[in-house]
Amino acid sequence: MSQKQLLSAEDLRIILFRLACQLKETHGDFSKTVLVGLQPRGVRLAERLLHILQHHYKVADVKLSQLDITFFRDDFRRSDKVLNANVNDMEVGVENKRIVLIDDVLYTGRSIRAALTAIDSYGRPEEVQLLTLIDRRFSRHLPIQPDFCGRQVDAIQNERVVVCWQEEDNEDAVYLVNK
Amino acid sequence: MSELSVKHLLGIKYLTEADIQLIFDTATQFKEVINRPIKKVPSLRDITIANLFFENSTRTKLSFELAQKRLSADVINFASSMSSLKKGETLIDTVNNILSMKVDMVVMRHSSPGAASFLSKHVDATIINAGDGAHEHPTQALLDTFSINERLGGVAGKKVVIIGDILHSRVALSNIFALQKLGAEVCVCGPKTLIPKHITSLGVKVETDVNKALKWCDVANVLRVQFERMSASYFPSNREYAAFYGITKPMLDALDKEIVIMHPGPINRGVELSSAVVDSNQAIILDQVENGVAIRMAVLYLLAAKN
Repeated sequence: MSQKQLLSAEDLRIILFRLACQLKETHGDFSKTVLVGLQPRGVRLAERLLHILQHHYKVADVKLSQLDITFFRDDFRRSDKVLNANVNDMEVGVENKRIVLIDDVLYTGRSIRAALTAIDSYGRPEEVQLLTLIDRRFSRHLPIQPDFCGRQVDAIQNERVVVCWQEEDNEDAVYLVNK
Repeated sequence: MSELSVKHLLGIKYLTEADIQLIFDTATQFKEVINRPIKKVPSLRDITIANLFFENSTRTKLSFELAQKRLSADVINFASSMSSLKKGETLIDTVNNILSMKVDMVVMRHSSPGAASFLSKHVDATIINAGDGAHEHPTQALLDTFSINERLGGVAGKKVVIIGDILHSRVALSNIFALQKLGAEVCVCGPKTLIPKHITSLGVKVETDVNKALKWCDVANVLRVQFERMSASYFPSNREYAAFYGITKPMLDALDKEIVIMHPGPINRGVELSSAVVDSNQAIILDQVENGVAIRMAVLYLLAAKN
C-alpha cells in the first residue's frame, strides 16, 4: 500500500478558510442556514467550518446538525458489510431552512442521494446546497455536483482519498492511498 | 459495531451480550427515527414479512407491524382463527404455502414452546419468535432491558424482581436470560404455586413476600396473571391475589428509594398493580411500548442484513 500526500496541514487550513469565507458570502448572517455534517466523516469538517465562522468571521449564531444516512443507503443487503448506524442530531429542524450538506469526500454521489432523502423526513427545506472538501470528479454514479468544493482530485478506482483530522488522527492532511 | 451472531431470533438464550448491545445501539437510532416528522426509512423496501399469529395478540402484533411499516417492508398478516389450520393443515405446510408467495421473514407467535425453533429448521426464511407458549418472548425481554438501560443508565449490577405468574410466563424466562446476560441480579416473586419448581437452577433468587422483594430491588417487572393459560386454580381468588401480591402506592412510598415499575401489558388494574401505581412517574409502562417499536425495528433491520 503506497500513499501520496494531496494536502498538507497548511493547504487544508487555507482551503477551510476559503470555504468558510464562501459560505459567509452566500449566507450572510446565517439566520436561516443550518450546516449539516454527514456522519461519520463530514461532522468533523462541519465543526471546523463552524469554528472558523464563529471565531474569525464573527458570525454569532450558526446552527450545526449531524445527519446519519445509514437507513437510507442503497447498498443495504447488497454489500457484505452490515451497515451500522450513527447518531443523528437534527434538533434544529430543516423546515424552510437553507441547508448546507457537508461531507469530506464526494465520490459516487450515492451518499448525497441518501442524505437528500434523509433530509426530507425532517421537513421541507427552502434549499439544499452541498459542500465537500474533496471532489473526486470522474467517479460519479449520479448527477450530483458540489456547490462549494475544497479541491478537485482525479483518482482512479483502486485509489482511496483519506482525510485525516488532528482531533482523531493526530494530523491535518489528505492522502491518496493505493488500495 | 458489527453484526448479529444469529440468523433467526428464536430466544434470548441464543444471543450473546454483544448481540444485545448491538440491538440496543441500533434501537437507539431507530428511536430517533420514530420521533421524526416522517417516521419512515426505506431500508427494508425489498423485503416481505409475514406475521403469523397462531395465538391472540394485540400490542405485540401492532408493534411488529408498525416496526415493519416504518422500515418500508411489505407486510402480510395471518390470524389462525381464519386459517386452514382449522381444516387440518400442518404448521410446516401452512408456512411453506405462505413462503411460496416469496416471503423473506416470518414473525410467529404460537402456543407451543419451541414452535419457532422447529420452523427455523424446516423452512427457508428468517424466523422471529414473537412468543412460543410459556417458553420465550425475546423482543419483549429486549425492550424491557432496553427500557431499564434507558431509565437507569445501565443494566449491569441492577437488582430486578419479576413479580407474578412466573410459571406460565414466557416474558419471565426471556427477561431472566436477558438480564443475566447484561449482568443484572434477578429475583422472582409470586405465590409458590406460580413459581416453577427448579427455577433456582437458572441462578435466580426466589421470594414469596412481595414487600421484601420490593425492598431489595431497583426495578420491579410486574406480570399479568394469565388466566387463559391456567388449567387449575393456583390461588383462591383475584381479590386474594391482589391483597397479597398487588402493588399499591403506599407500598412504594414506604420504601427508602424510588424503584422503577414495569409491566408488559395488558394490565389488570387493581389486581397486580393499583391504578395509582400505573399512572405514577415511577411506572415506565408507556416508555416500554414506545421502545418496543424501536427494538423490533432494530431486530428486523439487523436480521434482514444477514440474509
